[in-house]
Amino acid sequence: MSEEGLTNKVVKGIGVSSGIAFGKVRLIERGRLPVTKRSIKEEHIQKEVNRFRHAIKTAIEELNSIKESIPDDEVRKHAFIIDAHMMILQDDFFTGAVIETIKSEKVNAEWALDQVVSKFLLSFEKVVDPYLKERGQDIKYIYSRLARILVKGKTEDLNNIRTAGKSIIVAHDLSPADTIQLNMSKVSGFVTEVGGRTSHTSIVARALEIPAVVAVQNITSLVKNNDSIVIDGDEGIVIINPSKETQDEFLTKQIHLKIQKKEFLKVARLKAETKDGYKIKVGANIELLAEMDIVKKYGGMGVGLYRTEYIFLSKKGLPTEEEHFHIYRKLAENKDLEYVTVRTLDIGGDKFLQNSKGQKEANPALGLRAIRLCIKEMDIFKAQLMGILRASAYGPLKILIPMVSGTDEVKKIKGLLKEYMDELSSKGIEFNRDIKLGIMVEVPSTCMISDMLAPEVDFFSIGTNDLIQYTLAIDRVNEYVSYLYEPLHPAVLRMIKHTVQVAHAHRIEVALCGEMAGEPLYVPILLGLELDELSMNPYTIPKTKKIIRGLEQSYCKELLKAILNNDSAKRSEALLREEMKRLFPKEF
Amino acid sequence: MVEGIFTIRNKLGLHARPAAAFVKKANEFNSSIWMEKDGTRVNAKSIMGILMLACPAGSQVKLTVEGNDEDIAIKELGSFIESGFNEL
Repeated sequence: MSEEGLTNKVVKGIGVSSGIAFGKVRLIERGRLPVTKRSIKEEHIQKEVNRFRHAIKTAIEELNSIKESIPDDEVRKHAFIIDAHMMILQDDFFTGAVIETIKSEKVNAEWALDQVVSKFLLSFEKVVDPYLKERGQDIKYIYSRLARILVKGKTEDLNNIRTAGKSIIVAHDLSPADTIQLNMSKVSGFVTEVGGRTSHTSIVARALEIPAVVAVQNITSLVKNNDSIVIDGDEGIVIINPSKETQDEFLTKQIHLKIQKKEFLKVARLKAETKDGYKIKVGANIELLAEMDIVKKYGGMGVGLYRTEYIFLSKKGLPTEEEHFHIYRKLAENKDLEYVTVRTLDIGGDKFLQNSKGQKEANPALGLRAIRLCIKEMDIFKAQLMGILRASAYGPLKILIPMVSGTDEVKKIKGLLKEYMDELSSKGIEFNRDIKLGIMVEVPSTCMISDMLAPEVDFFSIGTNDLIQYTLAIDRVNEYVSYLYEPLHPAVLRMIKHTVQVAHAHRIEVALCGEMAGEPLYVPILLGLELDELSMNPYTIPKTKKIIRGLEQSYCKELLKAILNNDSAKRSEALLREEMKRLFPKEF
Repeated sequence: MVEGIFTIRNKLGLHARPAAAFVKKANEFNSSIWMEKDGTRVNAKSIMGILMLACPAGSQVKLTVEGNDEDIAIKELGSFIESGFNEL
């Protein structure tokens, strides 16, 4: 890097929270400070020990003031972890080990700390349990805090950004303590080197509607504090020290996006209906109760997919029937939601089950997960189904079962539901006996026998992410084959078409809730396929509605016909893009 | 001296939060308290010691307590572990 820094340098990452932000870089250095070994003379050992003790004291003070400044309930739940961090800092076993290393090896405090922490982390690496393994993170956070104090010799008060106007936070990673500490009203964007859509920073950024780009490699070494930076949370790009032209370009785009958003929020309230009167339901995919307000704001009619994995993975132990019930009841009672489709647990047991150590599955995507796990671990499933059933007395809940591959599973589930309903009746507990039961169509076998499954259930919901993955036999996160992930592959389109036709012949509804539903480009295809409901990330609803309202279904059917006759997904994609550009020049 | 073997029952294992809660409780007693797993024995009044044992859900730990309040200490700490550190 030259002295004056980079200009107009574009770096790619993953856009996780929409919007464009301009600002000065506020670099938060964490975790990757260069720690070097220095030998200490005998007479300086005590000084080095004191330096370490002072760093401990400073770190505790920092954490104390962070704890006091916790603004609201949303982040308060992270406070317990700060208590644990303070306890580690005060632990004689830990501090003693570092001091002992300083003395016996005659080395600087940073290096001794590094040695001791590496030893601790090693004991975590040996653990098979993936969740516990991750807990080494707490020790890493403490390490970074101490290393920073030792190396930099001063405390880094994140609240300094109060004086600097709005900033864009750039960091390797942001810990919950970091996020608590940030004064969000002074943050205009986030850029981190690690993370994905579901990491802590991403969730916070989306909830606050602050643009964010994650997984931007080496960004902390590419920028300096007060560098100018532009981030585009839609395209997932970061531009360091943008030229005048680039600034103008993004300023125009930002204004355009703002106008568009205003317009979209107006459209959000309108019906999802084509110009020739074809109506389709548009719902939202959410996983937190906190997201209920967003669904309404962005024009979702209901919740087409309520993911329940978070309930299992959040801090507390296995969720009880009561816990399930309280969450689903809140959803059921929300008057703004016309329906809420609750999907039962859709992950593998290795993520959270006790006694599941050892026995690693060679192919987890094809292994014991979702309904397969639920049927095996009946207690988990029962608590969840009972919770949904009891909550169904309070509002329009539906049950959605993931990963079904055949009719035996569906019959088993129906048997269980009947048994649980009888149990509730005998106890005099209220529930909706006519609650709708649906299955995900995401395993190709389900599509092929949809005629056998349709009479057994009340609705289908097509999960395109997995359907594409299983149909085309590709792992989309594998960079070598991800190019084969093609939603417009004729095999995929034929499967969706077949599923819809069978469902309608049996007079049941079909929803589509994969990422494909949230990609505006595919809207005409999905309308042509005559799906009954599209469910997507709430933020994309307005744009989707706008496109639906600008199309005619008769046209969509014609376009679909042309695309179904096309043997190349690439050419279909090009054709679709061209058509959409012609019809919606502003959007595409 | 009293001993007892207990099972870690909360699904996240003995991570930072339960470890902190356990150490807090252990420090309420006068007795010396050790926790042992797979041959490694640590001072159970030290959070780093306990974290270093790295106990996932389902693992078993041995508590050894020695002192004037050993009986009540092992009873309370044992049931605290078995209750999943109030996380269940």
